[in-house]
Amino acid sequence: MGSLELKQSLSGHKGRVWNVCWHPKGNSLASCGEDRTIRIWANESSKWVVKTILAEGHQRTVREVSWSPCGNYIASASFDATTAIWDKKAGQFECNVTLEGHEHEVKSVSWSRSGQLLSTCSRDKSVWIWEAADDEYECASVISCHAQDVKKVKWHPHEDTLASASYDDTVRIFKEDAYSDWVCTATLNSHTSTVWSLSFDSTGNRLATCSDDKTVKIWQEYKPGNEAGISTENNESVWKCCCTLSGYHSRPIYDIDWCKLTGLIATACGDDIIRIFREDTDSNPNQPSFSMVCTTDDAHTQDVNSVQWNPVVPGQLASASDDGLVKIWLYSE
Amino acid sequence: MLSFFRKLSLSDKVKEGILPYGVMATPEDLLKAKNQSSLLLKDENELRETIYDLLRTIKDPEKPQTLEELDVVYEDCVYINKPTTKGVSVIRIEFNPTVPHCSLATLIGLCIRVKLERHLIASFKLDIYIKEGAHATEDEINKQINDKERIAAAMENPNLRDLVEKCIQEEE
Repeated sequence: MGSLELKQSLSGHKGRVWNVCWHPKGNSLASCGEDRTIRIWANESSKWVVKTILAEGHQRTVREVSWSPCGNYIASASFDATTAIWDKKAGQFECNVTLEGHEHEVKSVSWSRSGQLLSTCSRDKSVWIWEAADDEYECASVISCHAQDVKKVKWHPHEDTLASASYDDTVRIFKEDAYSDWVCTATLNSHTSTVWSLSFDSTGNRLATCSDDKTVKIWQEYKPGNEAGISTENNESVWKCCCTLSGYHSRPIYDIDWCKLTGLIATACGDDIIRIFREDTDSNPNQPSFSMVCTTDDAHTQDVNSVQWNPVVPGQLASASDDGLVKIWLYSE
Repeated sequence: MLSFFRKLSLSDKVKEGILPYGVMATPEDLLKAKNQSSLLLKDENELRETIYDLLRTIKDPEKPQTLEELDVVYEDCVYINKPTTKGVSVIRIEFNPTVPHCSLATLIGLCIRVKLERHLIASFKLDIYIKEGAHATEDEINKQINDKERIAAAMENPNLRDLVEKCIQEEE
């Protein structure tokens, strides 16, 4: 078993903290929550300190923050139905663009690998794709595919492929077709309640999803003409659930993050615990097996809402909770 | 907004009957409350009674009676379930909407949740369900009133918040 050591507890938010996101260089962290603010934390002489508090952008809860791949922009999704884009051109972070269009709360926002596409999703059941060019954002598509509230959107780590998780218990995969229309190319059915979050592995050929049904599922992509002989249709990949992790979590699982550096999977659970899973060394690629390598009973005093691995420092993890805290952890074998 | 109310309940001012509007608790307040919780809850029966006392006086959103008077809640509607992995109490509330098509069932669920989270000092997990067979769309409503994100968003809607406030206001 590995261990997760608490490095620092960051207090400052008032009320529930919903989300944390690392800067792509791994040297600063953004968090957001019920107090309608975004806090940016940076490491100074081995201590994490708050550098900036962005309080003027949203009228209601800030549900999610996301750094652009270049690290120059932050996008924030809010229950006030808007998405704000913050940049540092004037020296300090300022909100210079507000994306409007969703009818209800925006739940999630994600930048594509190139930073040229942005996606948002909402309780209004839609997923929006925005094209970003020279600080102008244009809506490229409104995808009404889910039957309910869309909880999370995440881009593929290498391609312009988007995955979304929903209250309708499904995950969907979207791509741009030959006519420049964004279409749903796969529906991942297996969870029996709300899918709260998802995360691709470093290759993008696997996806981990977590749900209100207290399970984690691992999905494998089978491309047309795959070696395993899995049949595909319309020259599109199929995604198959190849592993279900059940019996570990005792409440809904709100977030999951698959580390691109170490392959470790971290989960944020409504039972206040952070758990870490790893694929077994003798795992069969088509029927992989995963084991829990770490569980922290005292991670937080209330629901854990978000976990994210540092993209540069292996084993460094940030978490956010209803207990008002952001915590920095280090995993070691 | 939901957790905002819970945190209000943790401050001393609430116990004196003053709601410090616009003040949210810090992590230190929450930790203090957690440490108090072991002293405050002697046993399961006491917890159930405390919870029921909070539920019975909630007012129906459209009738002048309380939920107890309308048999929406009743003494056996509070269950203490198996605790979470780390031993936090899991409370399950069942309620019985007056008619199977009751359009206010979600609002009643919201009132129950907000009142309990505001008044119970212990740390706990709460599940709220409609009594089996008591509503035409019970699965749909059960899912909605147990989705913490939807509840949080609903309580930031000023109209809904006012409705909930009226229903859970304690008579002096």
